[in-house]
This record gives sequence, structure tokens and C-alpha cells, in this order.
Amino acid sequence: MKTKKKFEWYGVIRVTVSILISLLIAAAIIFVVADDPVTAFSKFLLGPFSTRRNFFNVVETMIPLVFCGLAINVMHKSGLFSMVADSSFYFSGVTAAAIAIACPMPNIVHQIVILAAAMLVGGVIGVIPVLVKRKTGANELVISLMMNYIFFNFGYWLIRRFFLDASNGSYSIAFQPTATLGKLIPRTNTHYGFLIMIVVVVLMWILMDKSAFGRALRITGANESFARYAGISVGMVVLGSQFIGGMLAGLAGGVEMIGMYRNFQWITSQSYVWDGILINLLAGTRPLMIPVSAFFISYIRIGALVMSRGGDVDSEIVSIIQGIMILLIASERFLYQMKKRKEEREALQNQSLETENAA
Amino acid sequence: MSFLTNLDFWFTVLRCTTPVLFATMAALIASRSGLLNLGLEGGMTIAALCGVLGSGFTGSLFIGLLAGLAGGVGFTMLLAYFIQHFKTNPVISGVAMNLAASGGSVFCLYSITGDKNASNSLASLAFPAVDLPVIRSIPGLGDVLSGHNCLTYLAFLLTVILFVVLRSTSFGVHVRSVGESEEAARSVGISVEKVRYQAMLISGILASFGGMYLSMGYVNRFTSGMVAGRGYVALATNAMAAGNALLGMVSSILYGFGSALSIYLQNNNVDPYLITIIPYAFIIVFYAAFIFYYKCRKRLDEIV
Amino acid sequence: MAEEILRVENLTKIYPGGVLANYQINFSVNKGEIHALVGENGAGKSTLMKMLFGIEEITDGKVFLHGEEVHFSSSKDAIAHGIGMVHQHMMLVPSLTVAENLVLGIEKKKGLFLDKKKAIEETEAISKKYNLYVEANRRVRDISIGMKQKLEILKTMYRGAKIIILDEPTAVLAPQETEELFEQLLNLKKEGYTILFISHKLGEVKYLCDRLTVLKDGRSIGTYEVKDVTAEEISHLMVGRDVKLEYEKTGQEAGEPVLTVEHLNYTDKFGTKKVDDLCFSLRRGEVLGIAGIEGNGQRETVEILTGNGQAESGAIRYGGQDLTKLNVAQNRRLGISHVPEDRNANGCAPEMSVRDNLIAASLDRLSDKGILKPSAIEDYCQSCVRDFNVKTVSLETSIKSLSGGNVQKAIVAREFTAGADVIILDQPTRGVDVGAMEFIHRKILQMRDEKKSLILVSADLTELRALSDRIIVFHQGKVVGVLDDISHVTDEELGLYMLGLKQDPEERLREA
Repeated sequence: MKTKKKFEWYGVIRVTVSILISLLIAAAIIFVVADDPVTAFSKFLLGPFSTRRNFFNVVETMIPLVFCGLAINVMHKSGLFSMVADSSFYFSGVTAAAIAIACPMPNIVHQIVILAAAMLVGGVIGVIPVLVKRKTGANELVISLMMNYIFFNFGYWLIRRFFLDASNGSYSIAFQPTATLGKLIPRTNTHYGFLIMIVVVVLMWILMDKSAFGRALRITGANESFARYAGISVGMVVLGSQFIGGMLAGLAGGVEMIGMYRNFQWITSQSYVWDGILINLLAGTRPLMIPVSAFFISYIRIGALVMSRGGDVDSEIVSIIQGIMILLIASERFLYQMKKRKEEREALQNQSLETENAA
Repeated sequence: MSFLTNLDFWFTVLRCTTPVLFATMAALIASRSGLLNLGLEGGMTIAALCGVLGSGFTGSLFIGLLAGLAGGVGFTMLLAYFIQHFKTNPVISGVAMNLAASGGSVFCLYSITGDKNASNSLASLAFPAVDLPVIRSIPGLGDVLSGHNCLTYLAFLLTVILFVVLRSTSFGVHVRSVGESEEAARSVGISVEKVRYQAMLISGILASFGGMYLSMGYVNRFTSGMVAGRGYVALATNAMAAGNALLGMVSSILYGFGSALSIYLQNNNVDPYLITIIPYAFIIVFYAAFIFYYKCRKRLDEIV
Repeated sequence: MAEEILRVENLTKIYPGGVLANYQINFSVNKGEIHALVGENGAGKSTLMKMLFGIEEITDGKVFLHGEEVHFSSSKDAIAHGIGMVHQHMMLVPSLTVAENLVLGIEKKKGLFLDKKKAIEETEAISKKYNLYVEANRRVRDISIGMKQKLEILKTMYRGAKIIILDEPTAVLAPQETEELFEQLLNLKKEGYTILFISHKLGEVKYLCDRLTVLKDGRSIGTYEVKDVTAEEISHLMVGRDVKLEYEKTGQEAGEPVLTVEHLNYTDKFGTKKVDDLCFSLRRGEVLGIAGIEGNGQRETVEILTGNGQAESGAIRYGGQDLTKLNVAQNRRLGISHVPEDRNANGCAPEMSVRDNLIAASLDRLSDKGILKPSAIEDYCQSCVRDFNVKTVSLETSIKSLSGGNVQKAIVAREFTAGADVIILDQPTRGVDVGAMEFIHRKILQMRDEKKSLILVSADLTELRALSDRIIVFHQGKVVGVLDDISHVTDEELGLYMLGLKQDPEERLREA
């Protein structure tokens, strides 16, 4: 019997075709709305490479996207569809800001405390939907979506109540100078969060692909009843996945807060779950591929921003592109014939193996 | 608790109920046919935008209405097509469509009018308020029930109609059988796909009205994010309704109550960010409580 | 010469995900006959019928009706061609009334509304005409199974069916209801209806049918006149050989008890006492068979033994522990493994690979400080596949694309190699082909020879007699019989115990 792993072309082709179709639609839209479509489109495609600053913008934007992609990856593997990562992200940002402002500590210790607190808060928030679901039977999706509105408003209210900068009226007062991640690359905003990100990607790769927990989680997501019969502690595994996902989203909020800002400026809700879902799908739900797909999403986002600067195409075109991509990749029957033929071939192959055996 | 005797407060409750009532009915017809319409948020957003653009550019409320319906229905049917034809996961596809709608509406508004985030440069129209004859002159009751936007009355009227349709028409029976036992419906030759498209069409119409009420009801402009999660709230209120349109009216009014309460407190100088939480918290608590109650009752039913 | 009404040529069905259900099936049905389609569970009978009724897409092959090729894209087409089907699981909408279900899809309207009165009238009329009594006004969720079935038959009549497919109709009926159904079917035959009767109960087929077609492993073996073949011959065709199972068993002395069930009780949510003061013990190196009619507490006992269910009171002593206080994971760590009854729901994750399914119960053993050991996993899976003869293209293949027998062999491989001392087998060969059955049987005996203790719950008495060292019989949650001279036990004797007509004396039962 052969044990060589066959490369899954099907998944790769589907993702590639989906990306191409959505970019084509984007091009079509740009050609309709822009006065100078060729310039606009080339700015969109090449903008991130146009300046050093733009390129590192891509890197900076990518950091929270990677964390949130990993968060969605672990949370949704369990078969639960919780969107609570946004609550974790925002409220951990609030927590980070609060500690950054109000608790003076020595350098390095301060950052570690902030990020640890952010993770803890994020994790605790992360398990709320699944706990409510277990107690009452309520749907985790609905609960988490409502929670996102609550935690944004409540979090921002806390900042306003305790740390408002009166001269500004909507931002907080400044963080302690010790509460910053510091620049990784001079003359850019790219901070040490990038290194944390790399470490976390490796850890999550080990957890999801190499560890017993990751395998137990996958089995639970695929057939919970079977997992229970096989002796997997389903309750703990699911709870653990939500906690870890919440922690990652919380870490994202914390890193973003003290990496990119000197005071609290999130006056609107920060939404990363939708991006997380797309990034996870693009990566084929493999943790190691998540940085790649996050880079890609970050890239088109910065590309759209470059295009919109001084142009007539709004950067929100990115949402349309992302929406189309998710739709196509999530479509079971998109390019289905290809998969069907392969499955039929395999079934007949298994059948002939049996006939051989019978003979 | 003085607000409970305040007639204005109760008027506000009905005003706040309207968009969620439309959305709840939209969720209800879809779910009775066995589909999850997670695209309500996006459908409402698109309809709100299209209605404003349509009426703003033509100066005709009727064309605005048509444009709003076309936008919302088109959006919903596209979602239905992906779910049924491409077998896309309804949650993921709903999420994707909502994402496209939230950004897409801002994009379209900017591309068409040059406005960012709010349609300030466009003189769009609003649906008129109506005074109910007779009821208007009843003291107390008239103050609460009369003088609402005509869409408010439409919402309550459609709820009753939907209740009757689901109960006693052959279309309603088809929708219920498709939702309850897809295989049974299919085995007698009912086209499950067709019935579901029809249900989604109605769902799209209802969602469109809900969206247009926001941008063409009490205000006459579109602002980004104005749907503010009402499409998601409707998923909760629909689950609370357990398939019954009249119960859906009750759960929507619960949300309306929470909303009105937050508006009332806002006028009493409580921090706006804190009180925005109220309707959402309200709905989470009631939703969890309702579902818990249904779960317990079902367990009882099984034993008896 | 009988007139051929329906013919099927080289019909093949592959489900999405690569499950091959039917492979090049051929047979034909004559007008006015009752034609049986027989085969074991999982032989592909239901899939075949669903294709004929237009609700499953045909992967390859042709269907001829009255000599003309037909293509059904939905059941609507099949109904229009005069084919009706009564499904194994009733296709009724529970919250609608009998009358509403009868007219569903072709209901008459009064203005905008459904004409409920007319529907009730029509229901009563057709019910009278065919002498199939139903109560038009009641909701379907409140009526008996027998009445649901009559309603299903009436539904096909109401839609003008001339060929009626019945998918294992007697599986859900009480004996009296079955008799009544047969009478009605013979009546329908007299009136010129053609009936396709799917079953795996040969007695019924011999009694009712004119001809039969045998299906095995998704293929058609042949069509025969019922009067020309004996039940033994049919069963031979169905399973590919005589169903006599005989294995050489090494005689060995039963060891000391390893697991003792003491005064176990369990009441289900309906208030029925499913396990009633149950006591028995399992000895080292024996296969303990558990016989009993389904629903007499076997399932509940297995659930409690494995940690999936919670006992009301009582204890299960095993190695100084009380298993009733432990969960599945703890149970397994103590060396108890389990082949569950429903292989697709509880025995495997169909979407996942063969590899992941094999390691699912041994994650602890195959990992070091929480990290999986790839080479250990590879060795383990290779040896499972090799030793248990699991036919698969590779370890990456999703397990659902394997045949039922191979899936079951993989599950057995997982449970037998997990290092357990006690193995609980619940219907281990249900719906698998004979080759796999025999293989699994030999493995069971091999485990016995290795001094493992096995509990075998099975509805197949031949299997129980062939493998067990002792058999205990369950009736209403109690042990009513203990049989240890297996070679002299007959099915008839077991049947008396199972029906509660015979019971061993108390002191004998205490030996269980």
C-alpha cells in the first residue's frame, strides 16, 4: 500500500480561481466608477510596493489579522460558530489601555503584564457564548453577535468614564512610556508584535497540527458523538478551544493597542471576525498558511487605501472583494465536478480492491 | 419608573419595534421554510441605501420604494441562490454577504454621490406618518397608536397576514412541510428549492421594508451602520417566536421596549454608550430565557 | 407470458464523498406481481428504490418503464409515471393532519385558502374505497405507526400510482399489523397493482411475493421465482454462502471474574425501567454473549458499562474501581474498549481520514507530553490496516469512501489494538459483508485466546452461538437465562428466554 501523501490540488485550484474571480469583479467595478481606471487599478495592485511606508503598512495591518485568523481557526474547528472574537479583541484592547495608563511598571514587565491581562480577559470573554449555550440551548452565533455590541459600548464607556482626555473629548489620556512594544524596524510603525506573531503562529501550528489536543478538537468538530465514544473529553476540548481562541483575539487587541497607539483611539467598534473567517478559509484552515492569507488580505486592503487616496474609488471596495471570496470558497458546489470525478474514481478503486480480495 | 405611564414612551416602543418586526418576520418565513437567512442585516442595509438613492435622484417616493425593494430582494435572492445552488454554508454565506453589504453600501454611496458615510447631499424622501381616523380621538390610546409612520402599520398588518398565510393557505402548508420535513415534501413532488426561493423572496421584501423604515421613516438619509445589528437581533426574536408570527410580534415589542428605554434614558442624561447596551442586553437575556423555557417544555412534552 | 412493466439496466450510484452504493444493477418487474427485493442491511436496496423514485440522482445506467427509457429528475416525474413509494421512515409532516398530508402538493383551494373540508372528504372516500382506515382529522404526530403506513399507501393511490414500492414496511409493525398489511397488499395485487416489496425477512417474502431479486454488496445477483427457491437458498444468495458459522474454539478454563455488575438500575426519561437490578460477571478469557430482543436493556447496559450513560444505582466492579462513577475517558484508560452499535453515528467520523479514525481512541498513547508522535502513528496505523485487512487506497482517504465491512474492520482494529483487557462489542457485524464478518469473528476469538475478556451483544443468534463461551439472556432489564453449554443451545431455546416464556431459577441466575 502506498502511503505517500498526495497533494490536494483541488483545494488550491478552488482558492486560486475564487481569488481571480473576485479580483476580476473588483477590476470591473473600478473600471465603472473611476475616471482613470488604469491608474486606479495599477495603484490597487502595486500600491503596497510603491513606497517603503506602504509596504510596512501591509506588515503592520497583517499582525492583528494573523492573530484573529488563528483565533477563528481554533474556535470554529470545534464545530461552534462563535463570533465572540470581536468582543475579546475590543475589550482586551480596553484592558491593555487601562493597564498602560493606570499601572506604572518597569519596562518589559509592563508590556508582559499588559499582554497577559489582555489574553486572560479575551479568553474569559471567549467562553461566554459556549457556556450560555450549554446552560440554555441558545445559539452561540446570535449570543456572540449581541455580545459584540455590548462589549464595544461598555468598553468605550469605561475608557470615557475613567481615562478620557478632556482636551480631546473622545480619546484617552496617554499611556505610560513603558507601555509600548517598540519599533522592530526603524522609521516604520512595525513593532515587536511581529515577532510575537511569528512565535504564536508556530505555537498554534504545533497545537493544531501536531498535538493530541488539536487532533481531539478536529475529531470533535467532525463528529461530536463519536469523539465522546472514543473517550475524548468533548466538553473540555470545546471549552478549551473557545478559551484559546479568545486568548488569541485578546492578544491581538493587546498587541495592536500598545504596538500601534500611544493612547486609546478606538471610538468605533473594531471588527476582525469577518476577516478572520476569510483568512481561515483562504488558508484552507491550516495554521501555517494563515500568515500567507493574512498578508494577502492586508495587501489588497493597503492597495485599496493607496488607490483611494486622492482617487475616486473608495477603499471599502475591499469588503466587496472579501465577501465574494468567502462566498466562492465556501460554496461546496463551486468547481464541484472536479471533486466529484475524483471521488467517484476513488470509490471505484476501493471497489476493485475488494473484488480482488473476493477473487 | 415614571416612563411606564408616559404615553410618548409607549409611542416610542412601537416606533422602535417596527424595523425589528419586519426583520423578525423576514427571518420567520425563511426559517419556517428551513433556511437560515443570516443576510437580513445586509439586505436591510442595501434596501435602506437603494431607497434613499432611488427617491433622492428621482424625487419620487414610489420609485424609491421600488428601488429599495429591488435592492433588498436582489440581495436576498443572491444569498438564496448560493445556499441552494452552490450548497454554501448558510452562516458563512450570510456573513460574507453582510460583509459585502456593509462595505459595499459605503462604497456605492461614495461612488454615486461623493458622500462619505452619510447621504447628506441627497434630498431623499421619507414615508409619511398617518393619523388613524377614530382611534386618534381616543384619549391615551390615540396618542400611542395614532400618528405612526405608515410602515409601522404595514409591519403589524403583514405580521397578521403572514400568520394567516402560514396557517391556512396551501402555500403556507408547503412552506411548513418543506421546513419541517424536507424529505416528505420532496417525496410528494413539491419542489423544495422553489418553495424556499419563494420564502426567501418574501423574506427579502420584508427585510427591505425594515431597511427602508430606517432610512426613509423618521429620518430621510442613509448613514453607514444604521441597521446596527437589527438583522442579527431578528435572529434572536425569531428564535423566541418559535415559528409563530404573533409571538414574533411579542418578541419584537420586547426589543422595542429595550430600545425605547435607552432613548428615554438618553434624554435623561445617562451616558449614551452605556445605554446603547440596553436593547442588546435585553434581547440576550430574553432570548436565552425563551430558549431555555422551550428546551424545558420540550423535555416535559417528551415525557408526558 | 407476463408483461414487463419496469426494467433496470446497469444502474450505478456513487454518493457525494465517493460512497459506492449500487454497482451495475439489472432486474425487471412484471405487471401485477409482487416482486421482492431482498438483501442484507447495506446491500443497497433503499438507494436503488430512491433512484427509481427520482429522489436520488442516477450516476450511471438506464431505467425503462413500459419498454421506454425514462428519466426522473424528481419524485414529481416518478409520480406522474404512476410510481409511488412508501418509505422505510415515513415521509409525513408531523404537525399536519392526516388529510393535509394526503393531499399535500396537490391540494384543492377555496379562494386563497386551503380547502380543508374537501381534503377531509376525499380522505374518507379513498380510505373507504381501499379499505384502509385512517382518521382524517388527527395530526400525524399523534397517530399510530400502522395508521401512518396506511396513510402512506393511500398517498400513493391518491396520486394515481400503479407501481407501489414498499421499503421494509414490516420493520416498524407489530405482528398483527403485519398480517393486516399483507392482506391489503394481496388485495391490491388482485386489483392489478404492481408491488415492489423490499425486505430482508425471508419468511415474509416466501409468503407474499411472486418473484424476487437478490442484492448483495450493491450488486444484483439474480432474479428467481419464489416458489422455485427455498429460504435457505435465498439466504445463501444474500450472504454468498450458508449462514452456518462454525469456528474451532480452543477449550480453555474460564478464569476468575474480572468485571462484576452488581444490582444495576436505570430508568429512561419515559419512566420505563430499562435496567432492573441487573447482576452478572465477566470472566477472564471468555466471550460473554448477551442475547435479547432489542429494547430489553442491552443498549443501556452497554452505555453504562462504557461510561456513556449514567446508572441510577448499583455498581460495576473492575480492578478495584467502580465504573459507574467514571466517564468514557477514565474507563478507556482502565482498559475498556467499545465497538458501538451505530458505526456512522458513534463509531467513526465519516468525513475524516482512515488515519484519524484509527488513532482517535489512542491519542494519549500516541503522544508524548501532548505532542503526537508521527512515526508511532504511522507504525500503528500501518499495522492496523495490515493486521485487520482494511482495504483502503491510502490512510488519507476519508473513511466514508470505504465499504461498510472495511469501516467496521477499521473500527474493530482501533478497539482491539488500544491495549484493552475488556472489549465490549455491540452488534459488531451488523450490515457488513460476509468476508468482513468472518474476519471479525476470527479476531474476536483470537482476543479470547489472548486472555482478553469480551462482551458480545448481538441480535444475530447464530453469531452468538458461534462465538460465546456463555450466553446470558436479557428480558425487561433482567438476566433471565444463563447458558454455558453452548454447543447444545438452540435458537428455539434462546427464543423462549428472550420472549420471557422461560426463566432459570434464582440460584442458577446468581451464577451469571
